[in-house]
Amino acid sequence: MAETLLAVQGVSRSFGGLQAVTDVSLDVPQGSLCALIGPNGAGKTTLFALVSGFLRPDSGRVHFRGEDITGREPHRNALLGMTRTFQIVQPFAQQTVRQNIAVGAHLRTAGRREALAQADEVAARVGLAAQLDKPATDLTIAGRKRLELARALATRPQLLLLDEVLAGLNPTEIAEMIPVVQGIADGGVTVLMIEHVMQAVMNLAQQVWVLAQGRLIAQGTPAQVTRDERVIEAYLGHGMAARLRAAEVLA
Amino acid sequence: MRDLASIALFVVVVACTPLVTQSGVALNFIMMALYACLLAQAWNILGGFGGQFSFGHALFFGTGAYVQAIAQQYGVNPWAALALALVASALVGVIVGALTFRYGLKGSYFALVTLAFAEVFRIVALSVPFTGGGVGLMVPLRESAANMQFATRAGYLWLVLALVTVALLVSAWLRHSRFGAYLQAVRDNEDAARAVGVNPFRVKLAAIALSGALMGAGGAFYVQVFQYIDPGIAYGPSTSVEALVAAIVGGMGTLWGPVLGALALHVLADLTRNLFGQLPGINMVIYGSVLVLIVMFLPRGIAGIGVPVRWLRAVRRGDRNG
Repeated sequence: MAETLLAVQGVSRSFGGLQAVTDVSLDVPQGSLCALIGPNGAGKTTLFALVSGFLRPDSGRVHFRGEDITGREPHRNALLGMTRTFQIVQPFAQQTVRQNIAVGAHLRTAGRREALAQADEVAARVGLAAQLDKPATDLTIAGRKRLELARALATRPQLLLLDEVLAGLNPTEIAEMIPVVQGIADGGVTVLMIEHVMQAVMNLAQQVWVLAQGRLIAQGTPAQVTRDERVIEAYLGHGMAARLRAAEVLA
Repeated sequence: MRDLASIALFVVVVACTPLVTQSGVALNFIMMALYACLLAQAWNILGGFGGQFSFGHALFFGTGAYVQAIAQQYGVNPWAALALALVASALVGVIVGALTFRYGLKGSYFALVTLAFAEVFRIVALSVPFTGGGVGLMVPLRESAANMQFATRAGYLWLVLALVTVALLVSAWLRHSRFGAYLQAVRDNEDAARAVGVNPFRVKLAAIALSGALMGAGGAFYVQVFQYIDPGIAYGPSTSVEALVAAIVGGMGTLWGPVLGALALHVLADLTRNLFGQLPGINMVIYGSVLVLIVMFLPRGIAGIGVPVRWLRAVRRGDRNG
């Protein structure tokens, strides 16, 4: 069993009367590619914000590389090796693709020339090499998702938190993006991704956690969780698991 | 580097003007235009590169001016006083920045708070004894270069040119450095910047200190030229407006934008003064109209006219290579 890179222990957070995340614990092993899935509004992005430091948990602890980082600010976590992307892409709008990626590269590189050179390399890894001189706002949605990925990758993270990098892409673009994510994981970066596209989760993830209404309801390999009755009911509604089983028997 | 070459060319050309003409009117015009450039560039560091729109940059201008004047009352050499003025206005920047950025004030809230700070300082300057109150402060006339008081306009022109050059070099550094990249990242998207390891609070604090110091240099220069300062000149809103309008008209976050904007407005103000005589406040009316027109039709300012062309060329080049 590989060492644990990220350990989330009993983390909870509420907004006013709304309990967004309740007592979630999960361990991400070093070098793995894991996924966090769940219906809309399950609290996945909130959990990412709690882990990366954009939000402070009401209770529970977060450990990264053995250090307690609960509530630590995002920029310090980035320096420690954890970088997140955003579901709604957040480019530096007035800058070119190259300048955008270079901001990430600057985390570990002071020199401007070196940072720009690293931006070129990272862009090639995610398939943005042809767009380096374009303003970030001229990119398509698929391009912006790649940019989001590239900027995070340029910080040379140990753990990447990817928040729906495939959302909004068409089937061709998804098929192009899956090997990019796989390539990042193969390069030694531990990846925890939030994803709705099951094709990607089934193909990529070694381990999956399922979040529904702020609670973890299942975990295991992709094949295990998709057969789990609680997961089916969380997605499709109460009683659906039994009806699906009946349908299978009939067929 | 192209930026350094263009700065060098600008400095050499402007520095030679006193050798070409001895006309007091012409030299005075260039000197005051450069002074306007300095204020616009100072504002541009925080407002243009950092996206924090201050409406109260007179705060730093006035602090620089008063420190320059008061230090001389105590017998400090003006050149040493200039250093004190820079430090003091940077310090005011750090204090105001710490108070506003700590609580995440942005956009119009930040603008209002800076405006309020400038007003508070104006009222304080009116009521404390060491500023001379409403009477103001005079700097004793002792003409000599060692005393930063020059017999000719050329001396002042070279002095303000030196300050403008420093501001240009700072702006060029912002365009080609990690700090500049961080500052522009914070301007464009603070959350995204935090995610990749930028500490927005520290970056903005450094920017307001830098911007404040250069604005303070403008104040110190003002005192040396006019040998007089009062609370209305020091902390009144007109200096704040002049600095920000010139930067916006010229092009925020660019190297030459503030210079172009300050120059354009200065020419415009001079022309209208000749056309309309001494109608008080006519320059503010002109500034307002120009600002509206620029924001409507040239949101990137005068310096931004070439940008779409450059991008188009870059994209075409990329297509050919790809």
